[in-house]
Amino acid sequence: MWKDIMVFTELRDGRIHEITYELLNKGREMADKIGWNLSAIYFGEEQTLCEELIYHGADQVYRISDVNFRKFIPQVQTNCLKGVILREKPSVVLFGATRIGRTLASRLAASLRTGLTADCIGLDIDNEGNLIQTRPAFTGNILATILTKTRPQMCTVRYRVFERARRDTSRVGEVIDVDYLSPSSVGMEILERKPLEEVNLPDARIIVSGGRGFRRKEDLKMLKELAELLGGEVGASRPLIDEGWIGREHQVGFSGNTVKPDLYMAFGISGSPQHLAGMRDSKIIVAVNKDPTAPISRFADYYIVADLYEILPRLISKLRELKKT
Amino acid sequence: MKDVPDIEKVKFNLETMRIDRSSAPNEINPFDLHALEEAVRLKEKYGGVVTAISMGPPMAEKSLREALARGADRAILLSDRRFAGSDTLATSYTLACAIRKLESYDLILTGEKTVDGDTGQVGPEVAEHLGIPNVPYVIKIQEISGGYVIAESMLDSEIVVYRSTLPALISVTKDINFPRIPTLRDKIKARKVEVTIWKADDLSECSQEMFGVHGSPTNVARVDFPTIEGRRGVRIDGDPDTCVEKLLKYLSEEGVI
Repeated sequence: MWKDIMVFTELRDGRIHEITYELLNKGREMADKIGWNLSAIYFGEEQTLCEELIYHGADQVYRISDVNFRKFIPQVQTNCLKGVILREKPSVVLFGATRIGRTLASRLAASLRTGLTADCIGLDIDNEGNLIQTRPAFTGNILATILTKTRPQMCTVRYRVFERARRDTSRVGEVIDVDYLSPSSVGMEILERKPLEEVNLPDARIIVSGGRGFRRKEDLKMLKELAELLGGEVGASRPLIDEGWIGREHQVGFSGNTVKPDLYMAFGISGSPQHLAGMRDSKIIVAVNKDPTAPISRFADYYIVADLYEILPRLISKLRELKKT
Repeated sequence: MKDVPDIEKVKFNLETMRIDRSSAPNEINPFDLHALEEAVRLKEKYGGVVTAISMGPPMAEKSLREALARGADRAILLSDRRFAGSDTLATSYTLACAIRKLESYDLILTGEKTVDGDTGQVGPEVAEHLGIPNVPYVIKIQEISGGYVIAESMLDSEIVVYRSTLPALISVTKDINFPRIPTLRDKIKARKVEVTIWKADDLSECSQEMFGVHGSPTNVARVDFPTIEGRRGVRIDGDPDTCVEKLLKYLSEEGVI
């Protein structure tokens, strides 16, 4: 009763989203520690995707092929997930902390009357099967360890925190078709879908960000140019978004994107807790700021005390020069 | 709506494992202001009554009064010691109980999340308790007619336009509108409206054991301060050209460019 670990398979345009492989990796590690199975639940019918889930660590894949479950209608998918969970009784259910993952996990937890912990960045399981969940709180200034007394123990997990699972094609597992559930009609339908312009900050290897140190909207062009030269993306702190100088999809911080690139460059950003919470785990942090005591200086690997307008144009022309040769 | 501390200023008391409420003033959760603004705009367009509901200590009445100044017609505060210590399940259950107690409702609007809890869970959980559809991360409500709402939802990689029957729960992002600033006249008017207080006993149709600490399956077992991971802390000095040159040298040594 209530054992094993289940992972929700998140899809993008019919392909498996990376967060799923990260959940499978962590899930596998915990399952091995306590001697449980690891399963994945998948809305779709592709055999090859089921195999990928198995190659990345799943012992079982619960496949829901019925097309009526495939569209993201929170209530419909929740009812289905609930059906499978009440039958299989996994002790732990993991979701990615994406917008889709959060929404489904919330409805599901309420429906099962169980606890749900958001945005985990650390997970472990003890010998009694208790899930030890760690999440940042208060804009990342503290870390809270949370336990759940009900079952299943549910949480959402931040993207790009755990390593992705290694692909092992010698792994075997079982695909179990879930055909005992019929979708309920819930009075909600999709009229239209519009893809978003791809600004994928969480996936970017290099991010160059701007903040209050920028004096005019037009000057953000420089950031774009630098990003192009480095093969990165443009980020921004909240004041620039609030000014309407750049779209919210570029926002790095507690209320925007959490990022973890190899290189994060902050120009004219002082480093409010709200901003630091979104980028403090970057591998290398460079900051350029006029204020030698700005909070971001404590988080930077390389800190230049200067006006960004002195540094940024020179950096761009130098990189351009290097590119030519 | 939720009454929250100013998250940029608030301090945390490590001994009590609670926030130190005296360290920063409270305000309406900034995300909720957008939900309220949208509700008031819908009222202006289609008519109806806007009810602001919050759960919190008696001091949260101040924020509800601000909601009245911003255009809500009435305000209900769920306040009782028995609600204290609620996690998202207990909070959403209690809010759903209060909403059920209203004579009728067509649309529930919430912010996408709060700045203090930062879970984004309570909205969808309320919808589940009530058994109604929810449209998450809404950036625009196109129209309401014939018992339906049409709303644009900004998901992870696309915008999805949903049509949902009413009643429904919609959680909004900050993109949906710019909240208005209440005038002095609005504030004076709001002072005359009474904020209704509901206690646990007022929600007698519900299971009392689902409220507060008892109804909360999650608990904080421990709190730590994260250490700042060992940063190199190299300060680059000199004239701008030298700085740029040094920086590029360091970055290529790190192998990141």
